Amino acid sequence: MDRNRGKIMNKKMKKHVLFWSFLTPTLAAFFLVVIIPFFVGIYYSFTDWNGIPGKAISWIGSSNYSKIFSDEQVIKSFWVTIKYSLLAMLLINVIGFSLALLVTQKFRTANLLRTIFFMPNLIGGLILGYVWRFVFIKIVPIIFNTDMNMLAKSSTAIMSLAIVSTWQMGGYIMIIYIAAIQGIPQELLEAAKIDGANAWQRTKAIIFPLVAPAFTVSLFLTLSRSFMMYDVNVSLTNGDPARSTELIAMEIITKSFKESNFGEGQAQAVLFFVIIAIISIIQVYLSKKRELEM
Amino acid sequence: MKKRRIRLIVMEIIGLALGILYLVPFYVVVTNSLKSKRNILVDTIGLPETLGFENYPRAMEKMDFLKSLSNSLIITVLSLLLLILFSSMSSWVLVRTKTKISNAILLLFVAAMMIPFQSVMLPLVNLFGVDKLNLVNTRMGIIIMYIGFGSSMSVFLYHGFMKTIPLDLELAASIDGCNPVQTFVYIVLPLIKPISVTVAILNGIWIWNDFLLPSLVLQDKAIRTIPLAAQYFFGAFSKDWHLAMAGLNLAIIPIIIFYIFAQKYIIKGVISGAIK
Repeated sequence: MDRNRGKIMNKKMKKHVLFWSFLTPTLAAFFLVVIIPFFVGIYYSFTDWNGIPGKAISWIGSSNYSKIFSDEQVIKSFWVTIKYSLLAMLLINVIGFSLALLVTQKFRTANLLRTIFFMPNLIGGLILGYVWRFVFIKIVPIIFNTDMNMLAKSSTAIMSLAIVSTWQMGGYIMIIYIAAIQGIPQELLEAAKIDGANAWQRTKAIIFPLVAPAFTVSLFLTLSRSFMMYDVNVSLTNGDPARSTELIAMEIITKSFKESNFGEGQAQAVLFFVIIAIISIIQVYLSKKRELEM
Repeated sequence: MKKRRIRLIVMEIIGLALGILYLVPFYVVVTNSLKSKRNILVDTIGLPETLGFENYPRAMEKMDFLKSLSNSLIITVLSLLLLILFSSMSSWVLVRTKTKISNAILLLFVAAMMIPFQSVMLPLVNLFGVDKLNLVNTRMGIIIMYIGFGSSMSVFLYHGFMKTIPLDLELAASIDGCNPVQTFVYIVLPLIKPISVTVAILNGIWIWNDFLLPSLVLQDKAIRTIPLAAQYFFGAFSKDWHLAMAGLNLAIIPIIIFYIFAQKYIIKGVISGAIK
């Protein structure tokens, strides 16, 4: 009996060793890169940290946070981010869904078109932004025979950002919608057709309701991506004109590095996390609810 | 029947028109990269006067193209290999061990997906900085960072997939005398190949194109990646559009080549990643 117990103990030990040794590499990197900096960051957001090595850091309470709400630039960035995100979310989903409807038709070039529409997604936002910078500055004025540079006025610059994001992400969202559309049972569409429903009626009564879960996912996915957008912002407008197109993600970088105000930048970053977390939780909640209904 | 054919043809024409519209930016970059500085000024939309490739060697030199391409390749490939190995190992023991600890760890990985990079960026750069871990400006430093940031989604994807594979094969292997490491290498790794492709593609696109993280931790010119190199042409004083267009093209070409070869897997990978 004793020997048996020893064996079991031994087996348990072995399992324990296996468990932790298989987990350690990932956990070590994960803690080092995400978890520790996250909590240290919350602490730093209550200090006067300015990033200069060797300088003592002292606790200053919540004053970084209260400064955020009186900082005009931050408030401006926040509103501009909301404006841009709503615009991008709308455009990306309308275009993405339309493209999906189009390329699920049975014509020969449908597959080629899918490939083309998805392609911009693979190219980095920074590169895309530069490409479009050239298009907006050099090509658009020629095509539309105007002197106006869309990137020079803040309202049209925001529109430009949304256009580039749509070009970039439309194909990605299209893929999600294609998967949803292809999941619709063909019999339903056939039956509707036999009953005399036209294309629009079928789209409205069958396709829309059945791809609704994909809508929820895509809307929130595009919303959270837009909220975090940084690279296209840097390369397309760089916040210009007069910092009026500086989205939150970029504002945090400016505050921290250009103004050497790490504590305040970090406080913004913590609030930024709270906003993203709320968006994500709503997304998870809604898609779970949808799953139950299905 | 005839009406349907006409409708399809109309749809196809609309599709092709949109497809061409989608490709306009690429056309613009390619044609202008072949023009001279003067040629761009007088004729931005048309085809190049002469077919000249002289912008390319100069752009390659300015952005140190071969160096930055090899840096991007090394960083992306090593990060992906380690990420796939480590996160599949972790997910396997998390799936096969049903304890409170394993649940809590999984939950931590999933919850961390909500943390935007900006929230950890400053303390991270500080922690990896000269007077602490001293890993800034090293390839190893940034690879560790990509493993850390990529692990959340990867563990989540692996975990979901592994739950569905039957335990029997692993049991059979252990009865045949495989130790856990052998079981993992010979049985589990081949079984999870589809999800590994997804993990590699989703993380690969992100790592290859990432700009913010390298811009913070790779200041040394010798180890900078392609996005950092492309930024060169758009600095404070360069307005050499002809060189910039060649530079952008150089940055885009590797991805397009990759896309042509791996298209099927990329689309599949994105679908299975998006639906999760």
